[in-house]
Amino acid sequence: MTLIILLGVSFFAAIVLAFVGDRRFAPEINILGSAATFIASVVLAVHVYYEGPMIAGRNFFFVDAFNVYLTVLTAFVSMTTAIFSRRYMRREREHGRVSHWGMRFYHAMFQLFIFAMLLALLTNNIGVLWIAMELATLSTVLLVSLYRTPRAIEAAWKYFILCGVGIAQALFGTVLLYFAAEKVLGEGGEALLWTNLIQVSGQLEPTVLRLAFVFLMVGYGTKVGLVPLHNWLPDAHSEGPTPISAVLSGLLLNIALYALVRCKVLVDLSTGTNMAGNMMMGFGLLSILVASFSLLRRKDIKRLFAYSSIEHMGIATFAFGLGGPIATFGALLHMLVHSLTKSSIFFTVGHASQMHGTQEMSKIKGLIKGNPLVGWGLVFGVMAIVGMPPFGVFTSEFLILTAAMKEAPLLAPLLLLGLGVAFAALFRRVQPMISGAVPSNQMPVKASHIPIILHMVLVLIIGIYMPNFLSEWFHTAVGLLK
Amino acid sequence: MNVFSPLFVMCLQFIAVLFAAPAFAGWVRMVKCWFQGRKSAGLFQPYRDIFKLLHKDVVLAENASWIFRFTPFLVFGTTVLAGVIIPILSIDLPLSATADAIALVALFTIARFFTALAGLDIGTAFGGMGSSREKTVASMSEPAMLMAIFTVSLVSQSTSISHMVNVIAHGEFVLRPSLAFALLAFILIALAETGRIPVDNPATHLELTMIHEAMILEYSGRHLALIEWAGMMKLFLFTTLGIALFFPWGIAAAGDITFLPVAILLLLIKLFFAGIGLVLIETGLAKMRLFRIQEFLGSAFLFATLGLLSYFMLE
Amino acid sequence: MNIAAQINSILAALVLLTAFGLLVQRRIYGLLHLFAWQGLFLSISTGVVGYVARQHHLYISSILTLALKVIVLPYILHTLIVRLKIHKEVETVVNIPTTMLMGIALVIFSYHLTAPIRELSTLVTRSTIAVALATVMLGLLMMITRRHAVTQIIGFLAMENGLFFAATSATYGMPLVVELGVGLDILIAAFIFGIFFFHIRETFDSLDVEQMARLKEEE
Repeated sequence: MTLIILLGVSFFAAIVLAFVGDRRFAPEINILGSAATFIASVVLAVHVYYEGPMIAGRNFFFVDAFNVYLTVLTAFVSMTTAIFSRRYMRREREHGRVSHWGMRFYHAMFQLFIFAMLLALLTNNIGVLWIAMELATLSTVLLVSLYRTPRAIEAAWKYFILCGVGIAQALFGTVLLYFAAEKVLGEGGEALLWTNLIQVSGQLEPTVLRLAFVFLMVGYGTKVGLVPLHNWLPDAHSEGPTPISAVLSGLLLNIALYALVRCKVLVDLSTGTNMAGNMMMGFGLLSILVASFSLLRRKDIKRLFAYSSIEHMGIATFAFGLGGPIATFGALLHMLVHSLTKSSIFFTVGHASQMHGTQEMSKIKGLIKGNPLVGWGLVFGVMAIVGMPPFGVFTSEFLILTAAMKEAPLLAPLLLLGLGVAFAALFRRVQPMISGAVPSNQMPVKASHIPIILHMVLVLIIGIYMPNFLSEWFHTAVGLLK
Repeated sequence: MNVFSPLFVMCLQFIAVLFAAPAFAGWVRMVKCWFQGRKSAGLFQPYRDIFKLLHKDVVLAENASWIFRFTPFLVFGTTVLAGVIIPILSIDLPLSATADAIALVALFTIARFFTALAGLDIGTAFGGMGSSREKTVASMSEPAMLMAIFTVSLVSQSTSISHMVNVIAHGEFVLRPSLAFALLAFILIALAETGRIPVDNPATHLELTMIHEAMILEYSGRHLALIEWAGMMKLFLFTTLGIALFFPWGIAAAGDITFLPVAILLLLIKLFFAGIGLVLIETGLAKMRLFRIQEFLGSAFLFATLGLLSYFMLE
Repeated sequence: MNIAAQINSILAALVLLTAFGLLVQRRIYGLLHLFAWQGLFLSISTGVVGYVARQHHLYISSILTLALKVIVLPYILHTLIVRLKIHKEVETVVNIPTTMLMGIALVIFSYHLTAPIRELSTLVTRSTIAVALATVMLGLLMMITRRHAVTQIIGFLAMENGLFFAATSATYGMPLVVELGVGLDILIAAFIFGIFFFHIRETFDSLDVEQMARLKEEE
């Protein structure tokens, strides 16, 4: 029942907003829909926390600790982004950057995107997982090109083509997985259900699963933004409206990683080797290094943080690949805090670029003096994202580093190198923006204080004192991912 | 009688190739005229042309070397030799054990090589241009042709043409994609090798469009007769090679002389349709630009390779 | 059922042929027709497999493919081409004979890659999985070597064709719910790229994707 509300609200809201998206009360409907989804997700989470994994809808839905945690996270961040989007998009509308058709489309697609993400998380059927991921991509493609500038259209085209190609590879991997599963489970929808696959994973043919994982890695890895398949990410995350950048960076990458990890668990149990983990570690490390070095030369503020997303996803992928309780705990925590921090950063960055009418970092100055919320929000956001204590990101990165030094000591220096370079690059870039006098062309902006403050406070709390239920929750999830 | 039957077949084929080839060329020209709404000159016009040329004087350039004089005879000889290797009427040929598909291609290559040399021999601009264009076409069509023949030989596990034909004609009937691809490739290659539209126009003497004609522009009299006759025989042989490799049903088996008249009749029917098919292709397509020929032959090579691959992949 | 396996092999060969044809064809209408033929061969093949293996859901799949890939998608593309007034020949990044050679290399590569599946499969269609993967790879090659937005999309759709063929030949088709979902996704994608073309045209005045190379890495 909760599941129906959870998915139904966003789907229904999408349809409603398609018609009324350009009215004055549209953002409020958006917020209400997202809030209802969030409450439903919390109810679901509480249920799963106390009663264990849940199967519903005739085996169609499967909710365990791993995906319910991501569900709550997704619903929460979409709610705060909806709150942010209210002020942000109103101003964009006032400045004529979006037409009224654009607003309707934007609101409808926003809810549809949330629907697709939740479907991907909650389904038990690996084929439907693919379909939902593709739907999520498709619903955001045209949003990236919402402003209709040449750069936006180019970014959206790259996004469409590269992610489309990637996800087609993932479909082939899914077909191969079905091929292996069919031998053991028989034909029909039963063979694609995760719950069944986990039970018979020992009997699945290892050679086929190895081949399948390669395709799945390439496919879902493209969506996670792993190097060398990441070319679409900086463009897509920087050219769309800021709320979209926030949810793409904060949420969609997580879900793609979730899909990848589910497949990795299957492959590990079937082949008994560490091939999947090694591949993930390799790609993850490569992403960290390439992304952190790329941070040094960026000139556009959103692209800067998009590369930072690539780096952090690389850290999470590396950690999942490493395996073991500490690294997996760290990876799960990292997904959480990165989502919160990155979306908060994008909120502040969005306002900053609105204040100056540009996304170029050389033209953005004096943020603290101009708008203290935006300025200090950015400062704390960057401090958090580079892994300074007492923020939560420090905890997760520390855990991952510890695990790396224990299990893969030769790779730990590379990890440290990446983290260090990112630290330096981000501070170097952000420092001129926040300090100094206010430039003459800076426009005042009404910043959305609730989302920014809420996210940063949460990250701070998790860093200082992790609530018991959260750590228990993670422990259960870690147990599932063995 | 059994020892003599291969020799008998060989003599029969020898006569058939020599004297039926101009008739086939005449048939093709007739059908083309009908398609284009003209009155044709009759089925036996090519005979009259050759006869006329044999009576005329040879006009040789002063600086023509022995190559120039030797080439027509060589070309004629190799083409006739090719004629007795290809199973036209029967599989039973004395040379079939030694002369296989690769030897066949080599024979055509020798002829073509010497023609190209003869074109260069006199030192005219047209000759050189024709030779270089011909060699361009040859460099791409020969690998494709070998690939196509190898595909067929994979099916029959041998490169001897007689053996190949035997397996396909008298083996069980199976629909093979590899042979379909090879057939497609072979048609394209045959068009290129025999110099028909869309590769080369056999009736043109315009500088822009000549390939084969340019090489033999300086020949006259009996030399030209031999070369023209060899050209007609080459067309005939490529058609019968295609028929033998891909539609061989009705060919006489080894030692079966009594089947020969039926084989001859069936061959005539197949040639009838082949001529019409050739004219349909020639009339329907336009001659390609010279630089598109590499794509055309590249496609032929592609089809042949696909045939080879589909043998392994699908069969 | 030897004859059915042979028919299936011939259809697979024809699908491969159309995939190569898409790779080398210059004219846009030619591309469209080849794509429609590929869809037709695919749906006939699915029908044949459904008959041989007595899997009735494959009949539904076959009709779905026929409707979507032979009728609806070519129609959408045709309307777009007419509205966008695309006349020109399509340029390629690499010349055509080289593209063909790369295509052959990809076919050999995909044959190697699918060797383990061929050994394990017990289906009558197991030999065609190499062709399916080859079609996917050739679609990918087509997307890389073309500069026109419409042809990149046709390459993308050809890749989806290959995936559908892979599903049919490795596993007698995915479960119906998945097939429906995939079909729906493709349809939505078709609408999206239709809208896209107009946006691109408006902003860049041409559909040459080389124009869209401004977001280079100096940013």
